[in-house]
Amino acid sequence: MTNKPTANEKIRVLVAKPGLDGHDRGAKVIARALRDAGFEVVYTGLHQTPEMVVRAAIDEDVHVVGLSILSGAHNALVPEIVDGLKKEGLDDALILVGGIIPDEDFEPLKKAGAHLIFTPGASLQEIVDAIKTNAPKRA
Amino acid sequence: MSDAQEIAKLKAELEGFKKRLAETEKKVPPRPERFTTLSDMEVPLLSTPLDLESEGFDYLRDLGFPGEYPFTRGVQRNMYRGKLWTMRQFAGFSSAAETNKRFKLLLANGQMGLSTAFDMPTLMGYDADSPRSKGEVGKCGVAVSSLEDMEELFAGIDLGNITTSMTINGPAIVILMMYYAVAEKNGVPREKVRGTLQNDILKEYIAQKEWLFPVKPAVELVIDTIEYGAKNYPNWNTVSISGYHIREAGATAVQELAFTLADGLAYVERCLARGMDIDSFAPRLSFFLDVHNDFFEEVAKFRAARRVWARLMKERYKAKDPKSWMLRTHAQTAGVSLTAQQPYNNIVRVAVQALAAVMGGTNSLHTNSMDETLALPTDEAVMIALRTQQVIAEESGVANVVDPFGGSYFMESLTNRVERETLDYIRRIDEMGGMIAAVERGFPQAEIANSAYHFQRQLEAKEKVMVGVNKFVEAEEKRKMETLYIDRSIEKRQIEKIAALKKRRNADAVRKALDAVREDAKAGKNMCPTIFAAVKEYATLQEICDTLRGVYGVYSEAGSF
Repeated sequence: MTNKPTANEKIRVLVAKPGLDGHDRGAKVIARALRDAGFEVVYTGLHQTPEMVVRAAIDEDVHVVGLSILSGAHNALVPEIVDGLKKEGLDDALILVGGIIPDEDFEPLKKAGAHLIFTPGASLQEIVDAIKTNAPKRA
Repeated sequence: MSDAQEIAKLKAELEGFKKRLAETEKKVPPRPERFTTLSDMEVPLLSTPLDLESEGFDYLRDLGFPGEYPFTRGVQRNMYRGKLWTMRQFAGFSSAAETNKRFKLLLANGQMGLSTAFDMPTLMGYDADSPRSKGEVGKCGVAVSSLEDMEELFAGIDLGNITTSMTINGPAIVILMMYYAVAEKNGVPREKVRGTLQNDILKEYIAQKEWLFPVKPAVELVIDTIEYGAKNYPNWNTVSISGYHIREAGATAVQELAFTLADGLAYVERCLARGMDIDSFAPRLSFFLDVHNDFFEEVAKFRAARRVWARLMKERYKAKDPKSWMLRTHAQTAGVSLTAQQPYNNIVRVAVQALAAVMGGTNSLHTNSMDETLALPTDEAVMIALRTQQVIAEESGVANVVDPFGGSYFMESLTNRVERETLDYIRRIDEMGGMIAAVERGFPQAEIANSAYHFQRQLEAKEKVMVGVNKFVEAEEKRKMETLYIDRSIEKRQIEKIAALKKRRNADAVRKALDAVREDAKAGKNMCPTIFAAVKEYATLQEICDTLRGVYGVYSEAGSF
């Protein structure tokens, strides 16, 4: 996570909605804000299985995977997705989780490989800045 | 003086006032540049009879009396003086037995009707043991995979003596047949089965996004329940046409109302296409609106909603039964307005919103709990939310009088504006061929996404304020609040329960019942009778939904944003 993207490399971000949760207001607002901030954004659409999210991340060769989960299923979904990404060799991607995440789940999610967690009230600028600072640089 | 003379005098006086106002504003300038509602409608400093004069306001035509056409002032003649609104708190989490306990707590504390929240797998037509359900079982609502769960959910509650609301859409027809089956087993006569099924699939494609089948067959399942209910369960509201989720997804107040009413019109059109008489089903259509932070905008929305619907039913569809003209509505305070920061402030937001719903003449109300942006609510938080309604009803005095804002220059003008803009949207949707066609081309979805983004930008620019989030932020946030935690053991227990059920039931009867469901679906028959038979054989929710998926196919949405 120490390598920064070069100025001429556009950061590619996957915004994903894993699980059965249909709350996509946040995911769509953030996808638009990231695009407006100059990132290349792919949005998976709803009701994705962990395998579908991993496949999309690999196909698009993204620098950042943003997972939006508001249904409480994060503890089951996040580890599966992170493991899948590692297995497929995308082990440097910045993993962001956004949604209704109780405080007590922060630690387990970070252990499972989530780098940053955003909860209600987080500003778009905060998220944009976090990506600019932490997205991996690839040769 | 004649009316014309009075108006000319008022105009002249108003010009004078504006000059004096300009002097005052030199010394005390307006705080922001623009004064707007939450939905970004410009708000004037004040309204006068001139505003209503220019809009052609006519008391008898536009307001009339409560309980009478066009129902602007409410659907009951004496409104809350006769019967208070129904206090109905939405509840559901973990297992059926756990939720049954919460139901009984609420009933013991003065709640008047039940309202059921289902978990994500149930909403999507999956059983707890499906791989798709992993991590989701019992999290956002109660897990119901078969009639066995439904029996536990309502154990010890007299279904003949209570109204029940069930918030489910994609597989609503299956859940409704399960509810009817529980009532039947308990010997409750059909006419005493009262309540409301949400069953509004169009708003799923628009906003809530819990769908199973493609749009057209899914809408026909809704019409099946309306048709079957009209004949067999005369006091059950088979559909609750919902703006709540549309608003929560980011729509403005006008978009919420317009898309909701346009959804209602689409169901009406499909019923008429089957040859049903408008007055045979329209009285059982009910509505569900959001009630957000902007007090006046919300009151105006409820008033306009009733007037627009009444006129459409009477003028466009020639309904004759006054009950067909009435827009009866449930309301829920705006979940999206709650903040994780300084969460106790949410109690105040909910109180303001609840007051607006009552001023707007809602028929039923759910008040959100202060902790709902963090988790499902605790018993304590739910009780404060219920008590908020009771304080409004019993202490504030607002329930003594009908439509107290009626005749306010500002409120009438705002109500007219909401009506006008709502009708503009309805006209555009009509031109697209109605809401089914509009949904298929993604029109309301895109409008809502634009509004959501616009609002978020306004928040970031502090043009809109959320206390504790972008203003009056506390450096040291004391966010700690006891919240309800659903552990994953419920998932394992549900899976075991389904396995045991599948061993115990009559496998041959289940197979035959599912075959009958498939045959009727292929033949395009009303699906209620065969699904009713299948649930009584303990066919599971997913078995029935998968059978239907096999016939209708599944829906998926392009990932546009």
